[in-house]
Amino acid sequence: MTTGTRGAGPAGSAPAAPLPAAAAVGARKRGSRTRVASSYPHWFYLPAAIVFVVIFVVPTLLSFWFSLTRWTLFTTEFIGLDNFAQFLREPSLTAGARNTLVYGVVTSGLKVIIGLLLATLLTSRLRVRNVLRSIIFFPVLVSTVAVGITFAVLMHPSTGLINRTLEVFGIDGPQWLTSPDIALLSVALVDVWKGVGIALVIFIAGILSIPEDYFDTARLEGGAWVRFRHVIVPLSRNATFTVITLSFIGGLRTFDLIWTMTRGGPGFSTDVLASTIYKQYQAGFYGLATAGNVVLFIAVTLIVFPLMRFFAHREIEL
Amino acid sequence: MTTTATRLRVMATLAAFVVGACSGGFGGSSSAPSASAAPSASAPASAATSPSASPSAAAEPVTLSWFVDDNNVTQARLQGLIDAYKKIQPNVTIEIETHPGGTDGDNLVKTRLSTGDMNDIFYYNSGSLLQALNPSDTLVDLSKEPYIANIQETYLPTVSANGGIYGVPTEGTLGGGILYNKKIYADQGLQVPKTWAEFAANNDKLKKAGIAPVCATFKDTWTSQLFVLADYYNVQKAVPTFAADYTVNKAHYADTPAAQAGFAHLQEAFDKGWWQKDYGSDTFANGQKELANGTCAHYPMLTFAVGTIATDFPDKIADIGFFGQPGDDAATNGATIWMPAATYIPKTTTGAKLDAAKQFLAFIASVPGTEAMSAGVAPSGPYVIKGSTLPDSVPDAIKDIKPYIDGGNNSPALEFLSPVKGPSLEQITVAVGSGLNSAAEGAKLYDQDVEKQAKQLALPGW
Repeated sequence: MTTGTRGAGPAGSAPAAPLPAAAAVGARKRGSRTRVASSYPHWFYLPAAIVFVVIFVVPTLLSFWFSLTRWTLFTTEFIGLDNFAQFLREPSLTAGARNTLVYGVVTSGLKVIIGLLLATLLTSRLRVRNVLRSIIFFPVLVSTVAVGITFAVLMHPSTGLINRTLEVFGIDGPQWLTSPDIALLSVALVDVWKGVGIALVIFIAGILSIPEDYFDTARLEGGAWVRFRHVIVPLSRNATFTVITLSFIGGLRTFDLIWTMTRGGPGFSTDVLASTIYKQYQAGFYGLATAGNVVLFIAVTLIVFPLMRFFAHREIEL
Repeated sequence: MTTTATRLRVMATLAAFVVGACSGGFGGSSSAPSASAAPSASAPASAATSPSASPSAAAEPVTLSWFVDDNNVTQARLQGLIDAYKKIQPNVTIEIETHPGGTDGDNLVKTRLSTGDMNDIFYYNSGSLLQALNPSDTLVDLSKEPYIANIQETYLPTVSANGGIYGVPTEGTLGGGILYNKKIYADQGLQVPKTWAEFAANNDKLKKAGIAPVCATFKDTWTSQLFVLADYYNVQKAVPTFAADYTVNKAHYADTPAAQAGFAHLQEAFDKGWWQKDYGSDTFANGQKELANGTCAHYPMLTFAVGTIATDFPDKIADIGFFGQPGDDAATNGATIWMPAATYIPKTTTGAKLDAAKQFLAFIASVPGTEAMSAGVAPSGPYVIKGSTLPDSVPDAIKDIKPYIDGGNNSPALEFLSPVKGPSLEQITVAVGSGLNSAAEGAKLYDQDVEKQAKQLALPGW
């Protein structure tokens, strides 16, 4: 039975192959090009369109409606823009907006700097570079919640591994997550540790796509510094823009790490927009929370659209 | 509109009960053998026999699913009920499904109720949190059930809405105040404080002796609210109309000095360095451990923590005592109490399951039911079932609640008297207790938070 089906596979697919195996490479290339050029019938788009409309467009429109209501899950009542007025009066909102910006700038900035330096190192002729690439990428694969819980334990002021280690060197470690001055930065550092692997991969791809000629010239002109400063930095600009955009959007929407590590505390000192909104859901103020999400949606759009346009104008052709 | 009006009326009725009737009601559960003992003895007896007396439910095997929070103490208590009920009704199997506590649990319960996916029965708070479930639309009215007569009348308003009664109490009352280490008190020659000034003086002595005077466990933010919430007995002594005025937006924390005192206590504790070293990172579990081991002398907490301490530190439980949070005047010293959480039946439970559920609720609201709960875990305080008594084996900290209940110098917490309760209180109390905000700022922030909640509930006057 099994062998029968297996045998049917290649035999069945053979007629689908457009050209005999002996066809020239050039012919095959031409064949594929014509297929790309021919456009699909419109109903080909339908499945994707249905999924997009049902899962994205409808809930988005519904949430605009619910943001105008008092919604208890049991009943809804239209109350106009009251939710928006209430949300913008939220005492933790100003601090939350500031924290969100700080978090977005700090994480995306560090990811660019560290990611670019690591990528430069790991595209050089280093013997252990593949091992190092894997090690640095590994945290990306771990669940954010697990990372948050683990680091919350590691950063405990007196029993955590970090402060215990500092103690060995006679350093009195800070209150990583309970001092309002540094709690947000502690979480941002963990975010960088977890997310720098993605930046690294993008930068490696960017650096590897730089034509070898530039490096040859740089080798004649001077040493490693010239190579880094005058070849890698300017010519991986596209990668830099991608990393900044992705990590900045990620930073603005950040929630999981903040929530598992500090829950916005102590008090409201590490609240970001997303955690402020989540607390409204928690309290059962579903309409108010949805209004908050509409505000966040608009805020992210207002920040990211100009940023992307700015970058698009400065993209370089290699 | 009618819903809120009735809700307010219910709250007002309960408020009227508070001072006098409450103590009278609880007296029934004390050892005092009075006229009330006679009727209460017969009622539970009939309730206890009714499950076995009806053969219809026993004929067909029924499985009931019970949605409960994941607290260890709750689980142990409910398991006690399930084990005892299995002996009376072998055909009824009760399975527990757990959900996280706190606001995440609230949302799960609301979602299941509104989508019709609720389990056959569920365990949930009474008072203001119950009102948010729209009980008259979502829950089965139990007011016609005979076993409602077993429950003390003072409790019923906390599980009522629009004239219906929806739940049966599934734990003891809880004292909210200060758990303290009696061994430290004996060693340091301290007296149980009757006023806040005495409490502060004790703490100064303890700090000099190198013992952390008060445990704060701000990693579990809900634990930070006790100084404010457990102060309500003192608030209503100073301003008897506070609950009613607060509900209709006439009194607030920031403009009522007696109400603001709770926030001031948090600020004082921070300013004077009463907390232990890791107060920001310690959890509820740490707090219980530190109190039991005597590294902290006091822990502001609800008495359900006593059950965990008894389970986790059986050799230390005799060292733990309880006193109400002291106010300004020794003459009016008293305690704030929390009403028991209850078990409810959603309207989606029907047929044989509904019959089985009602009979199980009859068992919960009976004296044998309270004994089964006590067998599961040490009770947090006296039950509100007529004729029930606390076993002699209860920890000392629980016995310490009885004088407040017998003496009548107690008050239900504000959340049982008013539907208004701001959701961010725990963050605000952490901020004040960590020195990030002053008491006045905290009270003001909480008033804004309360206003938001009242508007979201569409309460009149806001």
